[in-house]
Amino acid sequence: MRPVLTIEDLSIALPAGADRPHAVSGMSMTIGEGEILCVVGESGSGKSMTANALMGLLPPGVTVAGGRAVFDGRDVLALPETQRRALRGRQIAMIFQEPMTALNPLMRIGEQISEVFAAHGMYGPTERERRTLALVTEVGLPDPAKIMRAYPFQLSGGQRQRAMIAMALALEPELLIADEPTTALDVTTQAQILDLILDLRRRRGMGVMFITHDFGVVAEIADKVIVMEKGIAVEQGSAAEVLDTPQHPYTSRLLDAIPTGRLPEARSLEPAPVLELKGLRKVYRTGGGLFRPPREVRAVDDVSLTIGRGEVLGLVGESGSGKSTLGRTVVRLVTPDAGQVLVGGTDLAALSEEELRKSRGKVQMVFQDPYASLNPRHRILRALTAGPVAMGRPRAAAEAKARELLEIVGLGPEAAERFPHEFSGGQRQRIGIARALAMEPELIVADEAVSALDVSIQAQVLDLLRDLRARLGLSILFITHDLRVAAQLCDRIAVMQTGRLVEMGAVHDIFLAPRDPYTRALLAAVPGADWAAENRMAGNAEGARP
Amino acid sequence: MAVIAPILGRLVKALVTLLAIAVLNFFLIHAAPGDPAVVLAGEAGAADEQMIAQLRERFGLDQPFHVQLGSYVWNIVRLDFGYSFRQGAPVLDLILDRLPATLILTLTAFCISLTLGIALGVAASARVGKASDSLLTTLALLFYATPLYWAALMAVLVFSVELGWLPGFGYETVGAGYTGLARIGDVIRHLILPASTLGLFFMAVYMRMTRASMLEVAQMDFVKTARAKGLSGPVIRRRHVLRNAILPVVTLAGLQAGQLVGGAVLTETVFAWPGIGRLMFESLAARDYNTILGVFLVSAAMVIAFNILTDLVYRLVDPRIGARA
Repeated sequence: MRPVLTIEDLSIALPAGADRPHAVSGMSMTIGEGEILCVVGESGSGKSMTANALMGLLPPGVTVAGGRAVFDGRDVLALPETQRRALRGRQIAMIFQEPMTALNPLMRIGEQISEVFAAHGMYGPTERERRTLALVTEVGLPDPAKIMRAYPFQLSGGQRQRAMIAMALALEPELLIADEPTTALDVTTQAQILDLILDLRRRRGMGVMFITHDFGVVAEIADKVIVMEKGIAVEQGSAAEVLDTPQHPYTSRLLDAIPTGRLPEARSLEPAPVLELKGLRKVYRTGGGLFRPPREVRAVDDVSLTIGRGEVLGLVGESGSGKSTLGRTVVRLVTPDAGQVLVGGTDLAALSEEELRKSRGKVQMVFQDPYASLNPRHRILRALTAGPVAMGRPRAAAEAKARELLEIVGLGPEAAERFPHEFSGGQRQRIGIARALAMEPELIVADEAVSALDVSIQAQVLDLLRDLRARLGLSILFITHDLRVAAQLCDRIAVMQTGRLVEMGAVHDIFLAPRDPYTRALLAAVPGADWAAENRMAGNAEGARP
Repeated sequence: MAVIAPILGRLVKALVTLLAIAVLNFFLIHAAPGDPAVVLAGEAGAADEQMIAQLRERFGLDQPFHVQLGSYVWNIVRLDFGYSFRQGAPVLDLILDRLPATLILTLTAFCISLTLGIALGVAASARVGKASDSLLTTLALLFYATPLYWAALMAVLVFSVELGWLPGFGYETVGAGYTGLARIGDVIRHLILPASTLGLFFMAVYMRMTRASMLEVAQMDFVKTARAKGLSGPVIRRRHVLRNAILPVVTLAGLQAGQLVGGAVLTETVFAWPGIGRLMFESLAARDYNTILGVFLVSAAMVIAFNILTDLVYRLVDPRIGARA
């Protein structure tokens, strides 16, 4: 196979004062024509830096310290800026993680795609228009002529990523660099985009450097894999080799950390309900004015469910399914239009502001973004005691409890005197959990509480939640978009689609015998589902393995 | 269609607001100490009983309160702002007489400050951290911090008194009798000093805002996308960064535009510019209520009109706004 790109001994230097001198050191790899190379690693492993170095898009202060990257017979790292610019978009194209922000919000999709031709002085206006239309059609966007005139905000996340891909393909590059292109997308959309990339690779024969943190995605599309840890390529080889017989302990750790869909044993639970939702409804009305009727979105549409004491109920759905609105309604950050939220017999939905304030402690929330959910100017102790003190507990008792909780979530009592920025994402999420526990709630609502974390950290936080469930008999409403994660922790799973509960049942039933077609579609879309299934069988066969 | 409906709504709201201002005006007249008729008569220079009675009848002051309110509002609707006894002319005539001079001054200052401010802001952001950027930002800070009247006085002192390059006051050379092009040239020569002092402050504000906004937008993901396409630096700055960075500048420009009529009082006073600002200043000093209230109403109408215009510009620049509203 003819190599498209050969990287030899690449080192990228970080500015002085960073946590390590090199973002990437001594990395070598080859991507052949029509080959998909997956670069896998957790955040901070240097995988995106490698891509940015190839594109000449390194952030200020970060420089290439050594090595070569031979593309088309030339070392791209040594080229002057004008020649690199001529290469960008024409021979090497790149797509990014966030389709929401990667497109200019004020330019029409068609303009943004045909701009690639303009940047390289290719074709006249009519030919550009014709080719843009062909590209929009090729990447499978509906109603291409209309999409070309649309603005990014009028497209869904998946459609925007398709538009980005159309842009990248415009001048038929030999190499496509995809930096976590499906991470921000729903599973079903992710499956479609992965299919599109596989299909384009087949038809166009371009090399693809695919950066991801998700081994499921790797199992789905990779020919070759490089695993990176702290800037060093610790393992590389064919996809089959790396996935099935990992050599390096870091790779094994990452693979073990993946929620594989290996199902936990069913537990017997007391029937006493902690939370009862009855006929819950929430409708959002947007727009409308003097001359127009408002648009209605049924975010939660007649949902009834119960969570037993000590039970973890997984609420699974894609973006826009209403799962977060439901979670916020349970905490009554959102007031429902109809229905009851019964927590220990009290209907939270019907309480006045004054009564509600007294009952707030009964249900506590753990949020998705551990960076944004703690006040950066408050010490951890204050974050943990503010709630209990407001509920009338003596300060000394609240502080003692806070230190004890920090111990329980695995941080140690000395964490109380520090500020949030001194902690990593995973540690902050532990603080978030401790904060929720400080209120001694009957129920915790965890909204995508592990979604922003790296897999190994995710596994640790899931372990913590499992441990807390066992020790404290916690009841949790666990909201997630990721079925694999839900399977790890939950007793039962409820699947939501466009505001309605389409299916609810024990984890085993949902995974092994899903009844609703939407549940089946979700399960089929999970990346690496086939590989995980094999793995599960192998794991079950081994049996003795702890 | 998508544009017209919200604007109709805006216009309806604007009319209601204007009406509210007119009513507020009415109450202000009545809040003035003493009988308005006595005040008016006093201003007219004669205060005998007969005159006051006449005035009462003429202005309907003998009518019940709500009838007076009704007729006042009705007069406003017919663009009848009353009569200025001080100046001996209808208020509307006075305002219309002064409006062109003010608009010439403020619009020129507005255009100068907006164009130069944005251009310099873009230039500074493209050279961020270099000496020329520091020079531009320091100058902007200086203009921003200088009080307007002081800058105006200094400008007169230097360019008019010392150097004698430009006329230091007035709208045109009195008694020169210029016509046609010569008159236009004369007005422009008179315009330079007041327009630039008035524009300087806002130029500094626009420059600082444009620079900061450009630098912020330059960090965004879609700018990286643009670079990945192989676009050149200037094209990225113009097509991607500037278009997005201009939005907060538009907001600020809309605020300044609202001040086009009433905001030049200081400049007009220093340069003896015969505009609305000076009319207002003189009327205040002379307690010429009708004129003050007339100017008040016209300024308010201007603010509202430019608010609507700003909204329109926003819709043109940012396609998301019309769709979300």
